[in-house]
Amino acid sequence: MLRIGNAQGFWGDSVDAPAMLLAQQPDLDYLTLDYLAEVSMSIMAAQRAKDPSLGYARDFVDVVKSLAPAWKAGSKGKLIANAGGLNPQGCASACAAALREAGCTHLRIGVVTGDDVLSILKSRPGDPLFKNLETGEPLSAVLDRIFTANAYFGSAPVVDALKQGADIVITGRTADPSLVAAPAIFHYGWSWEDHDHIAGALIAGHVIECGAQVTGGISTNWLDVPDAATIGFPFVEMEEDGSFVVTKPKAGGGCVNEQTVKEQLFYEIGDPGNYISPDARVSMLSLTVHDEGNDRVRVRGAKGSAATGSYKVSATYRDGYWAQGMLTIFGRDAVKKAKRCGEIVIERVRRAGYELDQHNIECIGTGACGPGLFPTPELQETVLRIAVHDSRKDAVDRFSKELAPLVTSGAQGVTGFSGGRPRVSPVFGYWPCLINKSEVPYKVEVVTI
Amino acid sequence: MKIRLGEIAYARSGDKGSGATLGIIAYTAKGYEVLCDALTASAMEAYFKPMGAVGVKRYEVPKLHVLNFVLPEVLAGGGSRSLRIDAQGKAVGQVALEMLIEVPESHVAACRKP
Repeated sequence: MLRIGNAQGFWGDSVDAPAMLLAQQPDLDYLTLDYLAEVSMSIMAAQRAKDPSLGYARDFVDVVKSLAPAWKAGSKGKLIANAGGLNPQGCASACAAALREAGCTHLRIGVVTGDDVLSILKSRPGDPLFKNLETGEPLSAVLDRIFTANAYFGSAPVVDALKQGADIVITGRTADPSLVAAPAIFHYGWSWEDHDHIAGALIAGHVIECGAQVTGGISTNWLDVPDAATIGFPFVEMEEDGSFVVTKPKAGGGCVNEQTVKEQLFYEIGDPGNYISPDARVSMLSLTVHDEGNDRVRVRGAKGSAATGSYKVSATYRDGYWAQGMLTIFGRDAVKKAKRCGEIVIERVRRAGYELDQHNIECIGTGACGPGLFPTPELQETVLRIAVHDSRKDAVDRFSKELAPLVTSGAQGVTGFSGGRPRVSPVFGYWPCLINKSEVPYKVEVVTI
Repeated sequence: MKIRLGEIAYARSGDKGSGATLGIIAYTAKGYEVLCDALTASAMEAYFKPMGAVGVKRYEVPKLHVLNFVLPEVLAGGGSRSLRIDAQGKAVGQVALEMLIEVPESHVAACRKP
């Protein structure tokens, strides 16, 4: 049996979780951390543009520091993370320096590179493979604005790094579930044709990749989750036959039960009969989920088939600027006043000479998360939220100057303007496409500290 | 009788580009039968129409009592591009559970959360 945990569901998740999970569950064989969402790379690219040594999740270096005491005390837990972003080597150098400083020099760091396919995409904008998977648009439509492009590697590079003795594996873009499947494939010596086993491990990865989302976090019955303040992060007990138990440490809050596992199984899934990963195609239709009690849920029956010949690519392109601002309005006719205030802001931006490409006025409290689905209630209090988008930075800059004046010229009951003018940020559009695997060889390097 | 979907099912949603994904999970086997009848792709599309839903797809997972939906365009641009407060579809599951569905009165008890 192999114990694989996850203590980071996204870049910005709990900074204490990795050291906490390893302390609560010292017999963990592997700890995985997931840092990359769809457009994370564009944020990293912006950071790298200012400083070429950056372009990775800097928080990860602090996490590595926080784990040094456990490793020095003899912990055998290995670490696998896609924190490398656009610069896995820079990330590895920073981690090595942090570990040297902590007096923890017996570890080996594996670095996976090769997922950056920006130059390939730019060289063939007419290639039908590079069409936007969602919209069908050709890449040529955004060619002059394309910013990052990375193929989602699977388990193979991580398995290679583990074979070469890496204790810490740092990758760039890797499919989230593969971070968990890789140690299982390595440990059990499965072949790439063991599709059902690999499918089971990928499902295990999918279930824990978002950390606390399977230990009660964001569950429908969240109010019943015990001690959510100290919610634990999950781990799987992976078996050689591809089945696994999802569980959490005894210490700490949260829960793992049939509901939390089923919810996470179907998180961001399209066709459950054909879940595509770089390692295999997976069917969830034959899965069984058995709640054994005591925060232990057994999942078995994943069916796999051969992977496709292509990697998915997550590319981003520059797409103008945006800003959002909020104001609170209290009192009689609060919603009516809020809407009017929102319209005034847009009108003033227009009078200043900017017809904004897009704007959205919402009254929080009236069902803004389901626009058009719920009758507008008479509220005593609402939060006005205005978000705008425009290709011109100066247009969005102008909008950000028009919220504060409402404090003196808007409705009575306008309050809560704090934190200064809304921040104007660049927008990066998401461009999913495919690329032939044969065009994207990976490179693995294992270095000592 | 008309009951709130949340009385017989739980849910989780997320984003997929400009659309959302939505898993609706019945509390009981009987509840799953009811969901299969009530939550057709077209019923879901009609419910989410005001948010821009178009071409809704439904996938059945009878072994786990789950209906999984893909709701294209309901996030008006999605993750990095939507101007809505719920750009990533985090709340779509909660929106769905407020749906009123028709359930034969004799079945309601067998569908509710045990």
